[in-house]
Amino acid sequence: MDLFVAIFTGTIIAATPLIFAALGELVVEKSGVLNLGLEGMMLMGAAFAFWAVIAGLPMPVAIAAGALAGAATSLLFGALALTFLTNQYAAGLALAIFGSGVSAFLGRGFGSTPIDALKRVHVPFLSDIPVVGPMFFRFDPMVYLAIAMFGLITWFLYRTKGGLILRTIGESPETSHAIGYPVIRIRYLAVLFGGLMAGLAGAYLSVAYTPLWVENMTAGKGWISLALVVFATWRPLRVLIGAWLFGGMTILQLQGQALGIAVPSELLSALPYLATIIVLVIISQNRQLLTLHFPASLAKPFRAAS
Amino acid sequence: MRLRIEQRQEPSAQMRIAAPVIATALTFLAGSVLFAALGYDPLATLHAFFVAPINSINGLSEWLLKASPLILIACGLAVGFRANIWNIGAEGQLIIGAIAACGVGLFYPNPESPLLIPLMFLAGAGAGMAWAAIPAFLRARMNTNEILVTLMLTYIATLLLSFLVHGPWRDPAGFNYPQTALLPAAAMFEPFDYSYRLNPSIFITAVAVVIMWLFTDRSFLGYKMSVSGAAPLAARYAGFRESSAVWTGLLAGGAAAGIAGMAEVAGPLGQLSPQISPGYGFAAIIVAFIGRLNAFGIVLGGLLMSLLFLGGETVQMTLGLPAALTRIFQGILLFFLLAADFFIYYRLRLPEHA
Repeated sequence: MDLFVAIFTGTIIAATPLIFAALGELVVEKSGVLNLGLEGMMLMGAAFAFWAVIAGLPMPVAIAAGALAGAATSLLFGALALTFLTNQYAAGLALAIFGSGVSAFLGRGFGSTPIDALKRVHVPFLSDIPVVGPMFFRFDPMVYLAIAMFGLITWFLYRTKGGLILRTIGESPETSHAIGYPVIRIRYLAVLFGGLMAGLAGAYLSVAYTPLWVENMTAGKGWISLALVVFATWRPLRVLIGAWLFGGMTILQLQGQALGIAVPSELLSALPYLATIIVLVIISQNRQLLTLHFPASLAKPFRAAS
Repeated sequence: MRLRIEQRQEPSAQMRIAAPVIATALTFLAGSVLFAALGYDPLATLHAFFVAPINSINGLSEWLLKASPLILIACGLAVGFRANIWNIGAEGQLIIGAIAACGVGLFYPNPESPLLIPLMFLAGAGAGMAWAAIPAFLRARMNTNEILVTLMLTYIATLLLSFLVHGPWRDPAGFNYPQTALLPAAAMFEPFDYSYRLNPSIFITAVAVVIMWLFTDRSFLGYKMSVSGAAPLAARYAGFRESSAVWTGLLAGGAAAGIAGMAEVAGPLGQLSPQISPGYGFAAIIVAFIGRLNAFGIVLGGLLMSLLFLGGETVQMTLGLPAALTRIFQGILLFFLLAADFFIYYRLRLPEHA
C-alpha cells in the first residue's frame, strides 16, 4: 500500500510542471499562436525562482519571480511573432535557445547545493485519514494551484465571453478583427499568460521538484508539454490526463531504476521520450479528432488589413 | 507623431541582403551592452570574443573546423525548411551518425584497411538517414508532427550514446572514463598539418554546399519542394506529393547531420564520449535561417556561427566568462534576424499629415 501511495503521489507531483506548461501553451495555441519556446521560458522561470530563494526571499515571492521571468521572456517571442510577424516556429526555437543560454549564464553562480524545498501542507483533519490523507491532502501548494489553474482555464475558455473571443481569434483572426476585437492585443495577453504558466512550471522544478539548480534542468519537459497539447487535441481535461500519464511513466521508470531492474538506466530514462512519440502517433491517426478542436489559424501570422 | 507600418509593393531585394548584416551588427551591439553590464570593457571583450580567436593560423584552422559541420548540417536542413519540413533533431542525427561511424572504426576486422574511412562515411550517412527516416515515415504515413518526434529522438540518441560509452563500448583501458577507445589511425582523417586540427573533411562540406546549390536552384525536385513550402495548396493542385517533400527534406537533413557526426568522430574527437557536440545540430538551424536557406548564405552563416562557438570558448578561457554566452548570442542573433526580415515586406513611413 505504501508503494502504491508513493507512486500515486509521485505521479501527481511529476505531472505538476507539465500541467502548468501545457495548460499555458493550450491558451496560447487557442488564440492561434504557436510558441515553441516553452523550454526556454521554463528554464528562465526555474533560474529566477532559484535565484530568489538563495537571495533569501520568501518562497511565494520566489515562485512569483519565476512566473514573471517566464512572462518577460515570452514577451520577446510576442514581439517577434505578433509585431514583427516572423515565422512562429523560428521565433519559438530562438526563444528556446536564448532561454537555455541566459538561464545557464545566470545559474553559473548558483552552486550545486540543494535548497529547502517548498514545504508540503498537511490539510487539517483530511490529511489524517488513512490512505486517502497521504494520497490527496499532503502536497505542496503548487500541486493544488495547478489543479486550480485547470479549473480556471476550463471555465475561462468555455464559460466566459473572454474565452469565446480568444477561441474566435484562434479560429479566424480576420473575422474577429472585422467584428472589432483587438486581435493582436489579445494574442499578446495569451502569450504572456503562457509565459507566466511556463515560468511557474520552471519554478516548480527548481524550488519544489528537484530543489537544485542544474543547467538545462527541464530536460525536454517543455517539448513534452508541447506534445501534450497535441495529445490533448487542444482540450484542457485531456491535458490534465495526459500530464498524469506522463507523470506516472516518469515515476515508474524512476522506481524501476531504484529497484535495480536489470535494464540499463539510460533505457529507462528514454521511456518518457519514446512514449511521447508513440502517443503522438496514436493520436495523429484520428484526423477528425485532431481537426475538431484545432485552432484553425494556428501559427499563421496575422496583421490587420487597415 | 507616429510612425506607420506599411506593406511594401513587393519584397525589398536590398533588405533581403541587408537584413542578416543588420542583425549581425545589432547582435554585436547587444553584446557590447551585455559585456558592459557585466563590468567588462565592451570593446576589449568583443575583440576577445570575435577577433582574438581567429588571429592565428591555429585560430583559422579551428574556425573552419567548427564551421564545417554547421554548414554541412545547415545545407541538409535547409532542403527541408524550404518545404516547411521542420527537422529540429539534427543534433540527434549527428549523434547517431557518430555512433555508427565510430562503431565501424572500432570493430571493423582490419584496423588498417583503407576502406575504413569510406565505410565510416556510409555508416554515418546511413545512420543519420535512418534516424531521420523515423519522423519522415511518421509524418508521411502517420500524420505525426515531425518537430516533436525529431526532438524526442534527440533525447533518445543522447541517452543511447551515454549508454554505449558507460557500458558496452567503454574502453577497458580507459581508467573507467566514460569513453570509447581511440579510433585507429586509418579510421581518422589525416590533418593537413599535424600542428593544427583542420582535416580534409571540409571538402565533404564543400561538396555538400555545391550539391545543395544544384538541388535548390537547378533541380525540379528542389523547385517542387520550394513550392510545397511557399504555397502548399498550389503544390497539391499541381500534383506535387507532400510525402516526397517530407522524405526528401528529412533524409537530406539526416544524411548531412550523420556525415557531420562521422567527420567529428573521425576528425577532432577520435573517440566517443557522453558529450560529442556543443550543439551543432541546433545551431545549424540558425545557420540555415541566417543563410536565407540558400547555399552561399549558409556558408557565411556557418562562419559567423562558428565564430560564436569559438569566441565563447575563448572568453571562457581568457576572461572566465561562461560558455553559455554562446547560446545567448545565438538566440539574440536569431531574434534580430527574424525581426529584420520584417522590413523585407514592410517599411516604416512618416504619416503624410503629421
